[in-house]
Amino acid sequence: MSHDSHNHSHGHDHSHGGHELPFWRKYIFSTDHKVIGLQYGITAVFFLLFGFSLMLLMRWQLAFPKQAIPLIGKLFTEDGVLSPELYNQFGAMHGTIMVFLGVVPLAVGAFGNYLVPLQVGAHDMAFPKLNMMSYWVYFVGGIVMLLSFMTPTGAAASGWTSYPPLSVVNGPGEGFWGGLFTGQSMWLLGMVFLITSSLLGSVNTIVTAIQLRVKGLSFMRWPVLVWAQVTTAFLLLLAFPPLEAAGIMQLMDRVGGTSFFMPSGLVVSGEAWKASGGGNPILWQHLFWFLAHPEVYVLILPAVGIVGEIIAVNTKKPLYGYKTLVYSMLFLGFMSFIVWAHHMFMTGMGVTMSTFFQATTMIISVPSVIILTTYLLTLWGASIRYTVPMLFATAFLPMFAIGGLTGLPLGLTASDIHLHDTYYVIGHFHYVVAPGTLFALMAGVYHWYPKISGRFMSDTLGKIHFWLSVIAINGVFMPMFFMGMAGVSRRLYDQTVYAHGLAAQPLNVIMSVSAWILAIAQLPFLYNMATSWKWGKKAESNNPWGATTLEWAASSPPPHENFTTPVEVYRAPYEYSSNKKLLPQFVQEA
Amino acid sequence: MSALIPYIDEPHPVTGVTNAKLGMWLFLASEVMLFGALFSTLIIMRTSATDWPAHGSDVLNVPLATLNTVFLITSSVTIVLSWAALKMKDLKKFKFNMGLTILLSFGFLVIKYIEYTSKFHHGHFPSTSTFYAVYFTLTGLHGLHVIGGIITNLYLIGPGSKMWEKEPERFTGRIECAGLYWHFVDLVWIFLFPALYLL
Repeated sequence: MSHDSHNHSHGHDHSHGGHELPFWRKYIFSTDHKVIGLQYGITAVFFLLFGFSLMLLMRWQLAFPKQAIPLIGKLFTEDGVLSPELYNQFGAMHGTIMVFLGVVPLAVGAFGNYLVPLQVGAHDMAFPKLNMMSYWVYFVGGIVMLLSFMTPTGAAASGWTSYPPLSVVNGPGEGFWGGLFTGQSMWLLGMVFLITSSLLGSVNTIVTAIQLRVKGLSFMRWPVLVWAQVTTAFLLLLAFPPLEAAGIMQLMDRVGGTSFFMPSGLVVSGEAWKASGGGNPILWQHLFWFLAHPEVYVLILPAVGIVGEIIAVNTKKPLYGYKTLVYSMLFLGFMSFIVWAHHMFMTGMGVTMSTFFQATTMIISVPSVIILTTYLLTLWGASIRYTVPMLFATAFLPMFAIGGLTGLPLGLTASDIHLHDTYYVIGHFHYVVAPGTLFALMAGVYHWYPKISGRFMSDTLGKIHFWLSVIAINGVFMPMFFMGMAGVSRRLYDQTVYAHGLAAQPLNVIMSVSAWILAIAQLPFLYNMATSWKWGKKAESNNPWGATTLEWAASSPPPHENFTTPVEVYRAPYEYSSNKKLLPQFVQEA
Repeated sequence: MSALIPYIDEPHPVTGVTNAKLGMWLFLASEVMLFGALFSTLIIMRTSATDWPAHGSDVLNVPLATLNTVFLITSSVTIVLSWAALKMKDLKKFKFNMGLTILLSFGFLVIKYIEYTSKFHHGHFPSTSTFYAVYFTLTGLHGLHVIGGIITNLYLIGPGSKMWEKEPERFTGRIECAGLYWHFVDLVWIFLFPALYLL
């Protein structure tokens, strides 16, 4: 396995890097993985803020039902009250945008693109043009999603899961083109673009990581982030196509009058649905969750990788149980393909099926716990350096643990009956992705910023950002568990019309206020990111944190084609010696 | 792209394949999942359908589809021959065999067109029943894959073949990858033909 021969075609005396490319080739239609990584990052941050803003508006309606949104409410409706229609659109698009246009592009597109080639010592991705195409297809998918707000009936409004028959009958258009230019159809079209983009990206990541490793970098010397990104890429590669198929079929149902997901005898608004019928709505749920469950691990694995890197650097210790960690990630990736129907216990699919998926769901929690345990054991006995990225990385551990453990009652059929489709589910999922993945991604931004720009982000602003965020974000999501256990459903426009909802209403005010504080807490982060680029403290060396992986061998920022001198790998990652002497992978002597 | 990316025209010692070939295999794995989902749909639609033709041959044109099967299988042979010709450094023979492949794939599309129009003529549309929905979606998506293959092959026989002069190894690798893809398109049809027309 570790037998690599070193036959780079170095020494070809051709002009590269040095000559000036025109602006649009260098920064817009660039094939450099670092530029593409930054493009992904900036676009994804935009979409994250956009999706977050949708929720901030919805949070007003939830906290103060049917009261006009102050100041900006008139922009959306005449009386300033968020209408039920808009509420549904915002809800569906919040989920879609955050997951598919925000977190995944940031975790996989930005961090994967920027770091994987550097960490394996490659000069670029294996297919640079494909890489550029992957970004632009993603970009088009994002534009299509945004344009869907402009359609006559507004954006998709059937939840981010787009369950038929609702999603097929919701806001239909007249004829083929009219049908296509509706929110839900544009959503499906946008998804096809996003899926294509992630397919191109994942092929590229896997080939780069496997084929372009430098001499000495055997698989078991890969940094955990590379393992995480490769596992993620496999999930994207194999789990996304079924949703593409399902998307095509739902699009056919909407614009072609087919009945893939439309059952016989369906009556919509008092009229029989004009289609052949004979379809199966549950089929969509199977195909959707076949993607969307691995998708959860697509969201979490890159975060796990980032946190691993940061913990190793800031404890100056080898990661405890590196091999166990790697095998756990692989097992997690494999298992994620056979747990999807735990989202569907309520569809009446039968006890046998439910029992199977309940068992696999319990099994998949084992590798997740192993991963967390290895990180905790790494922290044990270490003299921890609390840099800003380390603050976020350590906060990730309990947050992800809360998210993971609260998932168990959902994976058990008996308790799921009570909790299904309540706020409890929302709380569970968001603990994994918001204070889990997003905290890890923020940690990653702070950690690799000196590599990308050659300058540090401000420590003070970073700490303000961290403490405000960690408090506010728990204020947003912790009450959801209680509200869910009180039985409040997840998609209610105004829960106060029910007695049990009215009783839980004060929690909504707490959540909304926390969400707005959380939004304000991101301002120092954005300001920090923007200003440190030019005015941040200079990173004195290529390896300011004292890290061991290959990206720190390149200069900051790394030049076009990354490494000016040939690099080679001499040891496993994270080999910090006992006398605290730094032993990076790329330094020869022991 | 840049000469700094290794294993473009020679196999990696550990994996035994070039970058492009590994990429192609991964892409095909993803395609298997795409068509796998559609075939699963076919099975689920059929088992739960109220009206489904007892045999595909009752409503679909089996002789035409058989001819199409012959076309595709032959084109798979010719594309291998075109690759073998490059291995023997014979560009002319490559162009002949690749040309034949493209011709056969056009033949496939023409017959598909005849089939589709006769269905439309008889008032059978995707919206008619779930059988036709599955039929048109599966064959349509397969048809799009055929068109994609034709465009790629036209590029490789035309402007793309200039690469032969400077980087013959890399060009041969490209033909091999195009062949892998074409075999996959062929294979999907080998499954589609019995699943829709015969069973």
